[in-house]
Amino acid sequence: MTETRLTPPATRPGAQDWAVRLTSVSKAYRTGSAHLLALDEVSLTVRAGEFVCLIGASGCGKSTLLNLVAGLDQPTTGVVEVGGRRVGLMFQEPALFPWLTAGRNVELALRARGVPRASRRQQVAELLDTVRLSGFAEQRPHELSGGMRQRVALARALAQDADVLLMDEPFGALDAMTRDMLHDELERICADRTLTVLFVTHNVREAARLGDRVIVLSSRPGRVIAEHPVPRRGPRRIDSPEVAQLAATLTDRLREEMGQHGN
Amino acid sequence: MATNQALRGLDRLALGSVQDRSPVRLARKAWAAAWPKLLAVALVLLVWELVHLTGWKDLVLKGPGTVLSDLWQMVQHAQLWAAVGVTMKRALIGYLVALLVGSAVGLLVARIPPLRAALGSIITGLQTMPSIAWYPFAIILFTQGEAAIVFVMIMGAAPSIAAGLITGVDYTPPLLLRAGRTMGLRGLALYRYLILPASLPAYVAGLKQGWAFAWRSLMAGELVVSIVGPPGLGVLLNTDQNNLDFAGATSIIIVILIIGIVVDMAFSKADRALRRRRGLLDPSVSG
Repeated sequence: MTETRLTPPATRPGAQDWAVRLTSVSKAYRTGSAHLLALDEVSLTVRAGEFVCLIGASGCGKSTLLNLVAGLDQPTTGVVEVGGRRVGLMFQEPALFPWLTAGRNVELALRARGVPRASRRQQVAELLDTVRLSGFAEQRPHELSGGMRQRVALARALAQDADVLLMDEPFGALDAMTRDMLHDELERICADRTLTVLFVTHNVREAARLGDRVIVLSSRPGRVIAEHPVPRRGPRRIDSPEVAQLAATLTDRLREEMGQHGN
Repeated sequence: MATNQALRGLDRLALGSVQDRSPVRLARKAWAAAWPKLLAVALVLLVWELVHLTGWKDLVLKGPGTVLSDLWQMVQHAQLWAAVGVTMKRALIGYLVALLVGSAVGLLVARIPPLRAALGSIITGLQTMPSIAWYPFAIILFTQGEAAIVFVMIMGAAPSIAAGLITGVDYTPPLLLRAGRTMGLRGLALYRYLILPASLPAYVAGLKQGWAFAWRSLMAGELVVSIVGPPGLGVLLNTDQNNLDFAGATSIIIVILIIGIVVDMAFSKADRALRRRRGLLDPSVSG
């Protein structure tokens, strides 16, 4: 745990403006005799309250990067710093525990961080209300739709008292209509709670729709090859011209990158 | 808000219909489950009666009529129920000890890699060991008596129970483990809230198989081990054998079979309830 530093804001004099900071982070895996470099000298700073989207073709080390920030894995070299209270992680699959109801799934996250029983019930109700699933506390995951499960997973991530949310293609398995609505919901929740989000996706439109900043990663090894700030002027729609324009730019950049691998 | 309304509509569309629980439907379901079993029993009785009518082994083989009336007589006597009581008490004690031993060993082997390397294949090997082969060993070690039977029941049932638990722990979905660790579950809490609940279906399957082995070991034990005290089902069976009482022996066999089936059904019911709660059961085939 020497490489990943959790720095609670309270112990640090003077407000820091970053929530996640990677400094020349590399990660290598040994698979048999082969040596796979997943991330190569990645430096990245996410400001507190910022919504950063990471896009890249498969094999760009997106998931590796999230695992490092979540503290589930250690970098080979470099430093990963997280300045938030806690990090919550969401995957493409909701990863809910099938033997617990929706409410109990959220409650377990509260219990795991030691919230006393008396206040757990109320907090569960509030969190389910936040993701607009108030009436569904007693349903089991398999009784809910894909979009609803993902919202329970979001409530569970929030229950971890996370102010930094790492999302690994969380809406990748949903239909376009549901995904579109969850974009609106996520935007609202992030604004209400001032969350910092690091959002991995392979969907360029989704990245352009959601991000304050879109970062393009190269493949094998993963490197930062482009950065696009997205000026925020009120709520965006996935079918608005600005989003479409940025999506086109990002697609071109990604194609260029893939073309290099084709040679 | 418009998004909110649309979301609610989408949620309602996504949820399935409510199950019909009217008495007529339940009765129809019960009948659908019962008739193949009744038909199978009727077929067995028919074949039995036909064999009896051919006059094969005429001196000893009795027809279903004689045996069933003998069974009916037996059911009305206290001796059978006392024997069932003695046997079930042994079954319960032996199974509970096997449960404790099997669960403890399973948990230790699943958690500690060197133990797994040492014991993993031994556990698999023990599952294939015929329980009757343990009796000479058990009788030498414990002499004639209940301890020998309980020992063989443990050797029969504990490996299956341990193997079920180990399988369950091994097959805990890695994604759930990742989710649990992110949540801050570590060490004992990780086992209590994640790994053990996730292992439950495989564990129950192991318990069920363990019961079958324990029951077999017990029956073999009551036949080969002589015990001072009130007779169990095995002793009644032995007496019938010595008296060449075909009807009596067959009646006891039917009783043993029924007990085995009833307990197995209880395990299957628990298993299905568990799977249904987790959405692992196709609702269209849930009998």
